[in-house]
Amino acid sequence: MEAVAVAAGAREQLRASFSSGRTRPAAWRAAQLRGLLRMAAEMEAQICAALRADLAKPRTESYVHEISLVTSSCKFALKNLEKWMKPKKVPAGLLTFPSTARVTAEPLGVVLVISAWNYPFLLAIDPVIGAIAAGNAVALKPSEIAPATSSLLADLLPRYVDSSCIKVVEGGIPETTALLEQKWDKIFYTGNSKVGRIVMSFAAKHLTPVVLELGGKCPVVVDSNVDLHVAAKRIAAGKWGCNNGQACISPDYIITTKSFAPKLLDSLRKVLEKFYGKDPLRSADLSRIVNSNHFNRLKALMDEEMVSDKIVFGGQSDEQHLNIAPTLLLDVPLDSAIMKEEIFGPLLPIITVDKIHESFALINSMTKPLAAYLFSKDSKLKRQFERNISAGGMIFNDTGIHLTNPHLPFGGVGESGMGAYHGTFSFDAFAHKKAVLDRSFLGEANARYPPYTHGKLKILKGVMKANPLAMVQAIVGCTGGA
Amino acid sequence: MAEEVVRELRASFAAGRTRPAEWRAAQLKGLIRMIEEKEADITAALHDDLSKPSMESYLHEISLAKSSCKFALDGIKKWMKPEKVPAAITTFPSSAQIVSEPLGVVLVISAWNYPFLLSIDPVIGAIAAGNAVVLKPSEIAPATSTLFAKLLPEYVDNTCIKVVEGGVPETTALLEQRWDKIFYTGNGTVARIVLAAAAKHLTPVALELGGKCPVIVDSNVDLHVAVKRIAVGKWGCNNGQACIAPDYIITTKAFAPELVDSLKRVLERFYGKDPLESADLSRIVNSKHFQRLAALIEEKEVADKIVYGGQTDEKKLKIAPTLLLDVPQDTALMTGEIFGPLLPIVTVEKIEDSIDLVNSKSKPLAAYLFSRNKKLQQDFVANVPAGGMLVNDTALHLANPYLPFGGVGDSGMGSYHGKFSFDCFSHKKAVLIRGFGGEATARYPPYTAEKQKILRGLINGSFIALILALLGFPREKR
Repeated sequence: MEAVAVAAGAREQLRASFSSGRTRPAAWRAAQLRGLLRMAAEMEAQICAALRADLAKPRTESYVHEISLVTSSCKFALKNLEKWMKPKKVPAGLLTFPSTARVTAEPLGVVLVISAWNYPFLLAIDPVIGAIAAGNAVALKPSEIAPATSSLLADLLPRYVDSSCIKVVEGGIPETTALLEQKWDKIFYTGNSKVGRIVMSFAAKHLTPVVLELGGKCPVVVDSNVDLHVAAKRIAAGKWGCNNGQACISPDYIITTKSFAPKLLDSLRKVLEKFYGKDPLRSADLSRIVNSNHFNRLKALMDEEMVSDKIVFGGQSDEQHLNIAPTLLLDVPLDSAIMKEEIFGPLLPIITVDKIHESFALINSMTKPLAAYLFSKDSKLKRQFERNISAGGMIFNDTGIHLTNPHLPFGGVGESGMGAYHGTFSFDAFAHKKAVLDRSFLGEANARYPPYTHGKLKILKGVMKANPLAMVQAIVGCTGGA
Repeated sequence: MAEEVVRELRASFAAGRTRPAEWRAAQLKGLIRMIEEKEADITAALHDDLSKPSMESYLHEISLAKSSCKFALDGIKKWMKPEKVPAAITTFPSSAQIVSEPLGVVLVISAWNYPFLLSIDPVIGAIAAGNAVVLKPSEIAPATSTLFAKLLPEYVDNTCIKVVEGGVPETTALLEQRWDKIFYTGNGTVARIVLAAAAKHLTPVALELGGKCPVIVDSNVDLHVAVKRIAVGKWGCNNGQACIAPDYIITTKAFAPELVDSLKRVLERFYGKDPLESADLSRIVNSKHFQRLAALIEEKEVADKIVYGGQTDEKKLKIAPTLLLDVPQDTALMTGEIFGPLLPIVTVEKIEDSIDLVNSKSKPLAAYLFSRNKKLQQDFVANVPAGGMLVNDTALHLANPYLPFGGVGDSGMGSYHGKFSFDCFSHKKAVLIRGFGGEATARYPPYTAEKQKILRGLINGSFIALILALLGFPREKR
């Protein structure tokens, strides 16, 4: 009951603030974005501490993957805000001559952002940046599975931004459900596809549009025609260097040829030892597993019969500290749990095929992933990969980094999600593009009006075929006879 | 049956049939030929279904469908090309582009009021974007539905473009399948059902719904022109049965008498003294909607507000253009979408009050203002959320392919027309291309303070940091 009251109360307040027009002026939006910038700069130590508490996230990752991305996202929005807010003129067309036409961006109103636990700072603030830039009031529900960051956001945001228009609502399932029962003008959810369906079902009741940033099994196809050492480093950085594999765009599994696999494995082992030492459970450069729920889940994936004997590197775990070491597996059965579900952890299965092209059919037998990666110098293979693999996004010869380019839309397709954000796409995600057509009282075409006659139809057909004579006739008020 | 259809389309799509530009162009050309060769049949079907005047059938359905095909044909090659975007310094060296790919197998559920246009137009977008598509025409316009089922296989590739006819059971069966997108045109009640079904499969949707499209009429206008344009947008569009037809007027108490007078005169000029006999008005689509509309004006508190019209002919399903003045806000007429030839006029003290009144209702698909007053125009555009709006006319914006056509809030989500149709049925895939050069070892564990410093510099756009990073600083053994 209390959760409902809190949710309804937050929404009412936000609606009142929005209706008062507070969030509309560019100056207000810019002030909030500058507030977020200041928060990221002044509170860096506290944010890193929260991420350490929630995930044992290494400081470098906290800075590079969360704080700096928030900072550049704010700066990009600040730089482009005026441009985004300006109406865009479009061609007016002969049919409505004389007229002018434009598309204006207006805020949707009051929006809800539900964030995830793995990048709990970035994935909370980044969508909020879009919501603010587009002039909305916003409720943010940070993930309760990252409680230190959730508390920090609840504490910091009111100190740095206008809390009559930007509110944090903390909590778990009851609080989230209570929020979802309210009517929002948009819901932005980052998380898994099971909850994604629940969010969309709630949204359906109010005809609320949604953005769903989900996950999937991001494949990495590794051809033999590569710089292997560089490829292995980039795969490792995208996997274990991203929250120890707990990232929606982390490589989930590798596909390579039977003949190349031994070399690839060897290279990966060497790189892993260089990155994390001989005792990776002790490395300070790996996030821990977020909680025992996920620790047990990952352990079960590794311990499954027919899987545990495929471990070729790693496999160590420390339940007390919730650590699992980088683990490589070779040719686990395709129907094992580790190959059916999104892994979201430090386990990396390698599946071998006879010819590299067979990787396409394997990838397409699964649902569309959020990201797909190919390492190869072969242009033809790259073209075919791009044409035949559908994914949210793709990278050739690297992993993970496309999300740092604000000119690329970041989002999924099919099971990996709907909608996109980053850069301009964040603004667009939270704006309604309203068509506006302006006419004066001149340019009356009497042929348009009843009573309908053959003559009028003839003139209008002419206008539609852009016949200049017909246009003139229409405008001077001819009706082509009764 | 729905399952088989989807299976067949998935196989066609997986075979790559719908991908080449040539195939897409061939389908669009087929549609153009169909429209040209079968114009008489289409007009006859629309007349059967709606007694739609042939002028409206031509102007509002046939010609718009044809120009939509042509616009897509002209645009396809350009739209299909990947869009290069700037590469970021953080991923230097790299190149980046956005590639449009088809979503796959899509479902288009059409409406009964513009049954030809509202079927073909979304299908054009689906085809242009390279999808396989099922069209479910409205069973409430059965002649047009049957015509589609007969004609489409003759003009387009029916291994990839199929018509499934039927009512609620057939539509429900279709909605239980997994689609890559669902495009629905209709009302809010069914839209919620469509969205709930889509949620089960995480299927994205476009919903083109309706609402109460307001027309604000200021006194600072060319009244005769304004009134003609309001009338043609209302009764000249399927006798008010159009999602963007003016639903109600708001004007000042002072101006109302003049406005009503002008409307009466124009209506008599357009439809004569006995509008029930006019051939230039669509009939009401069926008896269910006839009863619905009749009940709206028979409601106590409403019936005595009729100032013009009100005549009905149940046998012929006709209702005459009807004007009402100051119907109470809490009547059915003023709360639900009218979708018929009844036009209530609401009066306010000052014209500026009309904006609050419009905003007290859910966001409409279209909003209209007649005024020469620039400040009022600006206020209207800035402060009235709506799918689209027109100043000093009604309905025309849908004819401009450069304007996105769609709703917001209760009037819908997503948009189409022109390139927006192509985008509606595409996935915009981000593609980042790197070579093996440009290794920045600062990126890799073990994480050190020096590496962090370089990365910070790089991220803050420092070229020196970039160079240091690329030169492999800090130096490490390989």
